[in-house]
Amino acid sequence: MRARNRSRIAGTLGRAYLAMILLFLYAPILVMAAMSFNASEFYQLPFEFSTTWYERMAGNDAILRAAARSIWIAMVVTAIATALGTASAVALWRYDFWGKRVLQVLLFPPIAIPWLITGTAMLIFFFGVGIGRGTPAVIIGHVALALPYVIVVVTARLATFERVLEEAARSLGASPWLATQAVMLPWIAPGVIAGALFAFAVSFDQFVISYFLSEPGDSTLPVLIYTAIRKGFTPEINAISTIIIAFSMVVMLIAARFTSFGGER
Amino acid sequence: MAEAGHLARTDRLRAAGLLAPAYLWLTVAVFLPLSAMAFFSIITDVPFGDTEWRVTAENYAAFLESPTYARLLWKSVLLGVKVTALCVLIGFPCAWVLAKMIRGRSREALFLLVILPFWSNSLVRIFSWAIVLRGNGVLDKAVNAVWPWNVEVNLLFSEWAIVIGLVHSYLPYVILTAYLALQAIDDSLIEAARSLGAKWWTILWRVVLPLSSSGLIAGAVLVFVPVVGSFMEPRILGGRMGTYYGTVIEDQFVAVFNWPLGAALSFILLAVVLAILAVSAPVLRKART
Repeated sequence: MRARNRSRIAGTLGRAYLAMILLFLYAPILVMAAMSFNASEFYQLPFEFSTTWYERMAGNDAILRAAARSIWIAMVVTAIATALGTASAVALWRYDFWGKRVLQVLLFPPIAIPWLITGTAMLIFFFGVGIGRGTPAVIIGHVALALPYVIVVVTARLATFERVLEEAARSLGASPWLATQAVMLPWIAPGVIAGALFAFAVSFDQFVISYFLSEPGDSTLPVLIYTAIRKGFTPEINAISTIIIAFSMVVMLIAARFTSFGGER
Repeated sequence: MAEAGHLARTDRLRAAGLLAPAYLWLTVAVFLPLSAMAFFSIITDVPFGDTEWRVTAENYAAFLESPTYARLLWKSVLLGVKVTALCVLIGFPCAWVLAKMIRGRSREALFLLVILPFWSNSLVRIFSWAIVLRGNGVLDKAVNAVWPWNVEVNLLFSEWAIVIGLVHSYLPYVILTAYLALQAIDDSLIEAARSLGAKWWTILWRVVLPLSSSGLIAGAVLVFVPVVGSFMEPRILGGRMGTYYGTVIEDQFVAVFNWPLGAALSFILLAVVLAILAVSAPVLRKART
């Protein structure tokens, strides 16, 4: 009886602790969002509801252009990274060859090395070979960052695929290509979709690489926000930030429907 | 996966065809740039146009001669240690609650809720802390509403602000890796220890920590490495206090335009990072499986 009571107390404490963590994680985001609806330009309280900042943002050409560029870049990056990443994941899963472990280890540098180093290195190299700064450079950089995520997510899905199914298709007379297309691709589709959404999020939220590779006046949304923040805070930044964070959370919630984030299922 | 190294020729071609695009891309976008940076770090001036340049060790000598760079690197490493320690201390109990105390469907939802901010925009989250921590801001008002005496709470542009922002950014990483490690521990092991009369700290120290250490270390490395290289967080939350190793590198590329020095400083940071990754590689490999 005492043990039962004790575990109930522990359970309550545990839940309270979890609630505190969630408060820590979400409170600043909610405060920021609330302030985007506050009339005061200097974040003065008491709170007074207003949509001024959203209206002003909607009339700000620089923000709108940066938003359009960010979304466009993220879509191009998603298409390239998903195609190349899925192909690699399939090859790494299907074939066993010398040097395979090396190839798997090579996926880590883009994730594990601080973006500051990768970003400045890209800037140096792209200048040296004549690509320079600008949208093409940003796309090349983003794809490299997104590729490992796509490969890891699709590989995880492939691990659940029964090779026998493909062999069955082959023995019934399907060509290798048909067996892949009609049996394997439908199976791994959820993994591919999740990988694509990850790639989109990586690109859309990427700041460091874009910062070093963007041309001034031709930047993505996070770079524009960074430049604006350093000049001083305005509720207009809160408004666009609120939209961005809501948007990327929705993208990741959809991705979560297709993958388990490493949890059970 | 039957016979390693004995692929039929067509299979080898197929494998190469599937792998080549992605790895060529990574070569052009990551590996060649890192090599170019190594080259840049040992020359006197950018080799574009007609500029005169020669091979030199000056850029590395600059790091050794002026104590400023080494001091800032140390400051960044200390920042990494503080943030990592806080993330582990705060994150591990949270992962424990998620993995061992909450059951059923609500666990999945709560886990997702904890991980979700990690996948949203990091710059925006840092900005949100600037709004909360500034003087006369929400935290100031909240503290003064509870606290009977009038105090001025203005944490913005202090090291505390940077630490809080970075812990907020990377906490989900530690929770994720610790959660995965804890979930793999069989409950009956803990039950057995408890029924044999072990106190909770004995169970933690002798059963739980040894079994989850690989996941914890993986999480710690994944936090420490980016924090040492951070520059955007110190800039926004640290203001004038926010000069770190990362911000000095940023300056070389966007303000001072001394790329060779920036490359040398970046490369020294890369050496530190690679040393840490190499030391923790066996643990990381274990944590992945």
